Formats: sequence, structure tokens, C-alpha cells
Amino acid sequence: MTNEEKKALRITATKIRMGIIEGTHAAKSGHPGGSLSSVELLTYLYFKEMKIDPKNPKWEERDRFVLSKGHAAPLLYSTLANRGFFPVEDLKTLRHVGSYLQGHPNMNEVPGVDMSTGSLGQGVSAACGMAKGFKFQNLPNRVYTLLGDGEIQEGEVWEAMMFAAHYQLDNLCVFVDNNNLQIDGEISKVMSPYPIDEKLKAFGFQVEVIDGQDFDQIEQAVAHAKATKGKPYAVVMKTIKGKDVSYMENQAAWHGKAPNDAEYEQAMAELSALLKKQEEE
Amino acid sequence: MADVKKIATRDSYGNALKALGEKYDNLVVLDADLAGATKTATFQKAFPERHFDCGIAEANMTAVAAGLSTTGLVPFVSSFAMFAAGRAFEQVRNSIGYPHLNVKIGATHAGISVGEDGASHQCNEDLALMRAIPGMVVINPADDVEARAAVEAAYHYVGPVYLRFGRLAVPVFHDEETYKFEIGKGEEVCPGDDITIIATGLMVKEAMDASRALKEEGIACRVINMATIKPLDEEIVLKAARETGKIVTAEEHSIIGGLGEAVCGLLSEKLPTPVRRVGVMDTFGESGPALELLKKYGLSCENLCKVVKEMLGK
Repeated sequence: MTNEEKKALRITATKIRMGIIEGTHAAKSGHPGGSLSSVELLTYLYFKEMKIDPKNPKWEERDRFVLSKGHAAPLLYSTLANRGFFPVEDLKTLRHVGSYLQGHPNMNEVPGVDMSTGSLGQGVSAACGMAKGFKFQNLPNRVYTLLGDGEIQEGEVWEAMMFAAHYQLDNLCVFVDNNNLQIDGEISKVMSPYPIDEKLKAFGFQVEVIDGQDFDQIEQAVAHAKATKGKPYAVVMKTIKGKDVSYMENQAAWHGKAPNDAEYEQAMAELSALLKKQEEE
Repeated sequence: MADVKKIATRDSYGNALKALGEKYDNLVVLDADLAGATKTATFQKAFPERHFDCGIAEANMTAVAAGLSTTGLVPFVSSFAMFAAGRAFEQVRNSIGYPHLNVKIGATHAGISVGEDGASHQCNEDLALMRAIPGMVVINPADDVEARAAVEAAYHYVGPVYLRFGRLAVPVFHDEETYKFEIGKGEEVCPGDDITIIATGLMVKEAMDASRALKEEGIACRVINMATIKPLDEEIVLKAARETGKIVTAEEHSIIGGLGEAVCGLLSEKLPTPVRRVGVMDTFGESGPALELLKKYGLSCENLCKVVKEMLGK
């Protein structure tokens, strides 16, 4: 990608981060940490890669994205809003009674959400079903799904991995957000899923490990996934939980906690400064 | 009595899938290593490319079906009731029920008539689990004709449907030529104004036999076949309560959470009426020949006659 494109993506990523903070602050709950860690991936997919149409969210020819780590709903909502699926202003209704922006994504209420998720382990199975369905019908749609690194402790995830490899779902690309933290602490201390890449390889995936907050590496990984035939592709993304909000970075405590008013002001000030810097670059 | 044709409704399931598969290209079938037992092998033989074995992994299979349904296919997920409704309950609830996706769950080997495999495989709780999911249609057909009709109706219905089938061969009493199945409609199979048995699944035939026996003792026992547990045909239940004043429910399922409680829930709010529930009495089953187990656990014509007479004070 050109430097101009990369600059635009970085600016978009920061705006998406601001939306995450807006939403969780207004909700007084939610999951900012794991939302902030996957911003670059969703920015790349929704602003550069995926075949989608915000004016026609149910377009049959669209690529699909399943947020298997459904608690990162603030990330998905902020991405979709910034992409034009619905007003950015609505992010402030997150988790409010009557809002379509539920705590975890509901495909029937939110334009652009391709699968209802939130119960860990199920989204990746649904993504496998989509990929199988498209392949079976010889349709070119591609399917992307994002898992948390804690989420892969769920047994169903590995049932799904077996299925993906068995049915040679080369239209499926699985991302693992390896920020190394889950609610109770470091994933390696709670219940280690490491080595993640070796496990995925053993399950029949083509695997690569990247810096999940580097647009060039994300772009290359997606290109590799599309070029791979006969097997599903997995990308283990090394990321920083809470990225770009100083006091949230690498803190498990920010997995499922909203910023209070003072914390909100600080986060928005930091992100605004970052945005200004990115715009001036 | 002349020889009555007996067919297990799991066979009806496999046969119906094959027949529908011939008509509809978008029907696909999923199995978890039980195609031979769920009888979907009948479909698999005819349409191998549309049969997706998922291995012994029901949770994944169920959510895979959810994903498949979003691509325009109509998946029938097949396993034993214990695993389809039990093991994969949360996948049914969150990945199929909550988004209200067009997935059909074909659950065979329901109830204690599973027989020799014993309590671990005798699911007497599936109706309770599936009924509790908002928007879920729950169907428990009584014989081969009804089971095949129910599979077809489920295919045409847009939304999640739970279909309950049995392992045991059961008598066929519906006339294929005349019987019209409709989701949400009960069917009066025996007339009578003294008392009503509302039955579902293999208990319908037991209730019909009971009605015949009771008639000889001067008791006019109405029998309603309630194939659809949810949505419940409220009209036919209220009419029976009004006209006969006493109700017995009969199901090869726990008395907790199934047809009996659905009927009690309705009547207690709209027309309080004495009800007795015949079913598995809050206990696990055991190994043994199906017919012996049905008798032992009170799922029989004889027990229904006894309960009816107790209710009528005779």
C-alpha cells in the first residue's frame, strides 16, 4: 500500500479507537482492552480489503466477518459506524436499553454485523459454516473471523479448526488476537494455549505470526491467505491490549471495565493528540 | 388385531430428507458420526455431496449449521436428542435461536425408548430445553406419516425448528392420503366428553388404545395428538378443558418442562382445570428393552387408563 493509504488507515484506526472509548464510557461498561488491540485488523479489512457495501449491508456478494470474540463489540460497532453503516453518534447508545448496539453483536439489529456472537467459541464455527456454504455453492465470498487468544481455550474452537482443515476451507482466514491477556490475567498463567501457531499447524492450517498492529504485515498476511489453496489460513497477531490509551496498555484490568469521566477525558486527549500528529505527518 | 405397520420416526426422518432432497437443492444435512443411527444415511447415499459429516463434535456442528444457513442453504442438523438439545444446547440457543436462523434440528433417539443404551442416552429433557428458547418451534411427531409431513413443514417454515424422533418402531395410524400436518395445530384423534388425554409422540397411540379400552367401561375419553409442543395449540386445549373438564397429559419426556407443563401453564392462567401429568417422573431411565421400559415407567395404555379412572373417581 502507498504511504498515503497507510496514513489514511492510521487516521481511521485512531478514530475507531475514539469510538470505542466513546461507547464504553457512555455505557459505563463493556470491553475496551481487547477492542483496542484489534483495531488495525478491522480497519484494514473494512476500509481496504473486504467486498462490502455500507448502503447494502445484506448484499449477497459481500465478504463476511465474524467477530468470534464478540465482547469486542465496541470495536466492530465503531468500525462499522466509521465505515458508514450507521451514524457514529449512535455509538453513545452502546448497551443502553432499547439501543440496537447490544453488549454483544446482534446480526438482526446492527447493519453490517454478519453473525450474532458473544458466547466464546461459537463464532469461529459459524464462520466455518459460512465458508463451507460458499465453497459448496461455488461462490467467491471470503470469510474472515477474529478470535481472542483466551477464547481458544474453548474446546469448540478446536472442533472448528478440525472442520476447517477437513473441508479444505481456503476461503476462510482466521485471526487470533494474541494480546496475551484474559480477564484473570496472562493467558499463559490462566491456562496456556501456547504454542498457538504450532497447534494451528498441527490442525491443518497454513499459519503465520505477525505484528497485528502493523498495516503492511496485515496486508501481506491477507494476501498470503488469498493465495493459499486447499487449506484454511490462520494469522496469529501479536498485539498490545488497550493499544494507544496509555493507562490501558497491557493491563488485564481493562479487559472488561469502562473508563470513568476523568479516564475518558485522558483517553480522548491522548487519542486526539495522536490523531493530530497522524494528520500532520 | 390385524398387523399394524410399525416404523421408527427416525426412519421417517431419513426418508423424508431424501424425498425433500430430490425437490430442493438447498437442503443440506449435517451429522456427528451417527448417520447410520439417525437414518440420515438414506439421504447421504442419495446426495453424498450435500451430507456434511462433522465428526463427534456436536457443538461445532450446530454453530456450523448456523453459518451455513446465512449462505442460503437449509441445514438439517442431526444427532441424538441427548447431544442435539443437551450437549449443544448453548449453540442452539445463542447461534441459532437468538439470531433466529433458518436451521432445522433433527433429534433422534429421544426418550427412554432408546432402550438398552440406558440413561446416559435417554433424553427426557429436550422438550423442556428447546421450549424455553424464544422463537423455537418444537415438534414431536407421533408416527411415520406425521413425522415425514413434519420434516417437510419444517423445511418450508422460515426459522429454527426442533424435530424430535424416536428409535423404536411405532404403529402408523395416520392415513397418508388424508392427513394434513400443520405446525401449531393439534388434532383430535378420538372423540369423548368425559375427560381428555392430550398426548404427544409415541404416547398418542397409547392414549388412543386407552380411549378404546375406556369406552368399553362407559368412559368417553377424548384424545388430542399434540405434535407441536411449541407454539401450543391453545384453542384445542381450552376447548377440551371447557367441554370435558378434566385433562391428562401424556409424553415420553420428563413431567418437568414438557407438554404437561405447557398445558398446565396455559390452563392455570386461562381456564383453571384439573390436570394429571403422565410422563417420566423426575427420574433417570435405565437399560432394557424399550417396550419393557415404557411399561415400567408408566408410559403405557394401562397407566393412562388407571390415571383417567382415578381422575374420574372410578
